Amino acid sequence: MRHILSILVENEPGVLARVAGLFSGRGYNIESLNVAPTLTEGLSMMTITTIGDEAIIEQIVKQLRKLVTTLKVVDLTDVKAVEREMMLLRVDAEGSKRAEVLRIVDIFRCKVVDVSPDELVLEVTGTQDKLTALVSLLQRYGIKEVARTGSVAMRRGMQE
Amino acid sequence: MELTGAQILLESLRREGVEVVFGFPGGAVIDIYDQLPNYPLRHVLVRHEQGAIHAADGYARATGKVGVCLVTSGPGATNTVTGIATAYMDSVPVVIITGQVPTPLIGNDAFQEVDIVGITRSCTKHNYLVKEVGDLARVIKEAFYLASTGRPGPVLIDLPKDVQTRLTEYKYPKTIKMRSYNPTYAPNPKQVAKVAEVVRRAKKPIIYAGGGVIASEASEELAWLARSFDIPVTATLMALGCFPADDPRWLGMLGMHGTYAANMAISNADLILAIGSRFDDRVTGKISEFAKNAKIVHIDIDPTSIQKNVPVHIPVVADCKSFLTALRQTLEPTLAEQPAAGHEAWNAKVAAWKEEKPLSYNQEGAVIKPQYVVETISRLTKGEAIITTEVGQNQMWAAQFYAFTRPRSFISSGGLGTMGFGFPAAIGAQMAYPDRLVIDVAGDGSIQMCIQELATAVCYKLPVKIVILNNGYLGMVRQWQELFYKKNYCATCLDVAPDFVKLAEAYGAAGFRVTDPAKVESVLAEAFALPCPVIVDVVVDREENVAPMVPAGKSITEMILV
Repeated sequence: MRHILSILVENEPGVLARVAGLFSGRGYNIESLNVAPTLTEGLSMMTITTIGDEAIIEQIVKQLRKLVTTLKVVDLTDVKAVEREMMLLRVDAEGSKRAEVLRIVDIFRCKVVDVSPDELVLEVTGTQDKLTALVSLLQRYGIKEVARTGSVAMRRGMQE
Repeated sequence: MELTGAQILLESLRREGVEVVFGFPGGAVIDIYDQLPNYPLRHVLVRHEQGAIHAADGYARATGKVGVCLVTSGPGATNTVTGIATAYMDSVPVVIITGQVPTPLIGNDAFQEVDIVGITRSCTKHNYLVKEVGDLARVIKEAFYLASTGRPGPVLIDLPKDVQTRLTEYKYPKTIKMRSYNPTYAPNPKQVAKVAEVVRRAKKPIIYAGGGVIASEASEELAWLARSFDIPVTATLMALGCFPADDPRWLGMLGMHGTYAANMAISNADLILAIGSRFDDRVTGKISEFAKNAKIVHIDIDPTSIQKNVPVHIPVVADCKSFLTALRQTLEPTLAEQPAAGHEAWNAKVAAWKEEKPLSYNQEGAVIKPQYVVETISRLTKGEAIITTEVGQNQMWAAQFYAFTRPRSFISSGGLGTMGFGFPAAIGAQMAYPDRLVIDVAGDGSIQMCIQELATAVCYKLPVKIVILNNGYLGMVRQWQELFYKKNYCATCLDVAPDFVKLAEAYGAAGFRVTDPAKVESVLAEAFALPCPVIVDVVVDREENVAPMVPAGKSITEMILV
């Protein structure tokens, strides 16, 4: 099963290598990884999506907590959480295709961030499912390039 | 007061109570060595950096204090990697200081540059590259704190040459608090109550002790539990000595080369108290067959050890000593009303297993049996020597046939299985205890992996005794080839070996050779009485096997007994 882990770490050199090395050294998978500084100086938040059964996820969480540079690990799969990912797409939009692509842009609430005679660069935010749906829809027009951030996630304020 | 980085390092080591540093100099640490004579530290100059790290490790295991190792950059640093991994696998507190090229050169492929922090990231508890001299004092404080607390382990500090010469105001932190590191020592009282309950109720309990009992100095508390509730005790290789071998409750080691009684008892128990052990594959054998009917209680200071290999019914994250103390406080008040929970039938069964198939060998004929050598060492030293081992058959025979009486007297590379460990580790232990008898039980293969340290032992007048069980083979691999590879003895016969007696003499140590079973005892006694390093080359039965043996991947009840 897919899990989203939110990991609060010391923002110091080598931390990413420690986390990534833990996954590779113990044979775990990283599906996506995102890291950026938090509001507290000296701390960074990592969001990792990974796949594994309960026993593997338990080990991953424990091993991450064991790293001396880790302050906190939360498995957001266990709580109510919002998840978002951002994607940039370079889509073929020549001639008659253009209007159709722009209609999809509308439906998916994408933003057109760059325009040229034969292609568009789109920006879109959403869950992984939404982005995947958009990619499959646009594929018929020709996607030239994709850049995705990987998921970021946050627990909801109201938990049951 | 302003000090240089090198002075800060040495002054901080002094303040951490370090007495001995095992090291080998080089270009990137000359500044530290330049200051070394000004500080009250004994430095042991080894002959290879691997010797330094193993000696620091042996020192730490023998004393419980942090071992310290100092080497130069590049090859000096990489030569310690095997030893660092050895200490990491066995949770030994060691601080390794490596020199590094000057900061402006880092990343330039400079002479003797290697990214040792990157290389050792997965085999240290933590590591540091110190780029600012202002950080150095804090880093050293943290390194010693991390190495010795929680689940202990090696911590490496990489110190660039220019940081060693830069000046800064020196202030050593008195205390330390790290927001991201807070090991759990005290057990959750609810969990302790649950354990107390199952201990009271168990009909067929067993204690399965691991290295955590030694690390937390919990032998006395363990013995109280075993004796008060009449529970048989088995232990891993790492925990030998945590419970006296002459106690009737002692079953010996369990696992691949464990005793019949220990393996049968753990497989038939209804309650397993796993204390500071980690269900290693060499202990459990085929995991799906392991202790299927037992309730498992697992105490470990490292949460990652729990539920890693086997499902656990009552997990307790705690230091073994804190847990056993809390358990005693819970159980002791009602002990009088509730005497030792009726384990007579179980203990009779365990005793029958012990009687049925004890560890055995047959010392008849003109060839020396290796087991007889170890048993003789055990008898001569009354189980009170510090025994180190190499890895392989010598290690297993030492574990099986030496009757350990106290903790920290068996020093062996359990997790990593590092050949060449035993002799330098013995040097480290002897540095800590100059008056105790320290014996390395070695094989003719392993001893050649760090033999150069004979010069160190002679130089520092360390009367370490090396007993080589010489069978002319890499014996454990040969045993596997015999049993599982149709006797295809590929690359395991050591056709050419040095004359170990002459070799000892060449280094300035003493050497003996024994080939006659009748002379084993007298020669060992003579060797042990000498005040200098000694090699005793005992020519043993070439194809003797370690038994029992559980073939890899089989259930631990499926033992090959002869």
